[in-house]
Amino acid sequence: MKLVTAVIKPHKWEDVREALAAAGVAGMTLTEVSGYGRQKGHTEVYRGVEYDVSLVPKIRLEILIDDADQELVVETITKAAGTGKIGDGKVWVVPVESVVRVRTGDTDESAL
Amino acid sequence: MNTGDTSWMLASSALVLLMTPGLAFFYGGMVRAKSVLNMMMMSFISLAIVPVIWFVYGYSMTFGDDRGHGLIGGFGQFGLHGITQNSLTGSIPTYVFVVFQLLFGIVTVALISGAVADRVKFSAWAVFVPVWMTLVYFPVAHWVFAFDGDTVKGGWIANKLHALDLAGGTAVEINAGAAALALALIVGRRVGWRREPMRPHNLPSVLLGAGLLWFGWYGFNAGSALGANGLAGLALINTTGAGAAAMLGWLAVEVVRDKKGTSFGAASGAIAGLVAITPSCGSVSPMGSIVIGLVAGSVCAYAIGLKYKLGFDDSLDVVGVHLVGGLVGTLLIGLLATRTNVAHLGFGDSGLFYGGGLTQLGRQVVAAVSVGVYSFGITYVIGTVIDRLIGFRVSEEDEVAGIDQVEHLETAYDHAGSSTGGPHLG
Repeated sequence: MKLVTAVIKPHKWEDVREALAAAGVAGMTLTEVSGYGRQKGHTEVYRGVEYDVSLVPKIRLEILIDDADQELVVETITKAAGTGKIGDGKVWVVPVESVVRVRTGDTDESAL
Repeated sequence: MNTGDTSWMLASSALVLLMTPGLAFFYGGMVRAKSVLNMMMMSFISLAIVPVIWFVYGYSMTFGDDRGHGLIGGFGQFGLHGITQNSLTGSIPTYVFVVFQLLFGIVTVALISGAVADRVKFSAWAVFVPVWMTLVYFPVAHWVFAFDGDTVKGGWIANKLHALDLAGGTAVEINAGAAALALALIVGRRVGWRREPMRPHNLPSVLLGAGLLWFGWYGFNAGSALGANGLAGLALINTTGAGAAAMLGWLAVEVVRDKKGTSFGAASGAIAGLVAITPSCGSVSPMGSIVIGLVAGSVCAYAIGLKYKLGFDDSLDVVGVHLVGGLVGTLLIGLLATRTNVAHLGFGDSGLFYGGGLTQLGRQVVAAVSVGVYSFGITYVIGTVIDRLIGFRVSEEDEVAGIDQVEHLETAYDHAGSSTGGPHLG
């Protein structure tokens, strides 16, 4: 099993959700986060005073998947979240040791 | 009694009352999230303190029979002595006049609080409000607003100097602005000023506040005609013109300087224009109000940068908007007051551009400087004494943690239910 985490631009979230649903992904967890990478922040002006705002709002998706789906899911997110501009975000995958479905007590693959 | 006049003044009073909560939203949005409640409470507490002292002695000190030289009213109307529902001031019941004038005082002292955001003990502020009203506002309002009546003598600026100030460019705006400068100097800069970001935490609140202030300002300015008449109409149209033109003026400066016009600039510009038209709304023409608005909006947009050059933390730009805007409006009367409008008022001379020469400008300068210097000086003394006796500042640790939880045991926003523990019941 794998945990796919993606940090994407907020306005691409709907595209990503639709693409993942079409690819058969049944569920995910979403968090509103802020951070920065190469995109850095931006400048805001309040009564003539400039502020460098270093943190940019992003959406973080977390999806638990079967090993076999890794390539499909990562490709789907990458394609749907991309704009070709700096700041599109990142997708990474880490192995998961065990999963339990709280309601039924099912474990691992049958809990996904 | 004139029922038309009375109706308008009853409505105007309600409009002016709304300016103080409006100011609380205007200022509250500008501070950081950790101090918004304290910022709003500094305005709201004025709604509690000022009416009480106004009834007891403030009205008498301001509108009571002059004690001589036009400097201060007497105590003949202590506790509103002798005023009944049959009493009249002009064509309206005196009770209505008492409340209408009270509301000016409430918002004036609340204006000062913007200079000392985020860092002042609430107890010290609650002492400052009545002391400042007593030693600064009541005398100055007497100078400017108390006209000689059938039975009472009024203040020197209104009756001897004949400066023109319909709604309080001097007594409200310059007064609050000069006091704000003094208090900002005494209280000192916020921890982290110029080093840490202190951007407004809620601009929609600032815009809401600006809208409520503008709404209330119609009562403030057009109500200052003290009747439902042509002067009220003139004040109404001029208030509109100046607010509009000043918003454009401020935004124009931003577009040239910062590339974009900001919502914060739009709100600030409108207020700067409303400040500047406050003294002048009864003496200039509607086209004059547009000139005053454009000047006030653009000048104030630059004036707010002064604090960084001079190094004082007037946190929410009370000096840059109210002192500077008040000066712009008060002095431009000396250029833009029209013959017709001055004739209607029955005193003063028309401005330089309307054939009146420099006489009226001179009077305006004397009024503005007198009020500014008196307010700055006395406020500096009051502030110093309170700072010595009680201490104005909360501790640095409390200031950094956030003044709301320290001074009010509350926080404004429950972010994601992150507070822990249940209520202590029973």
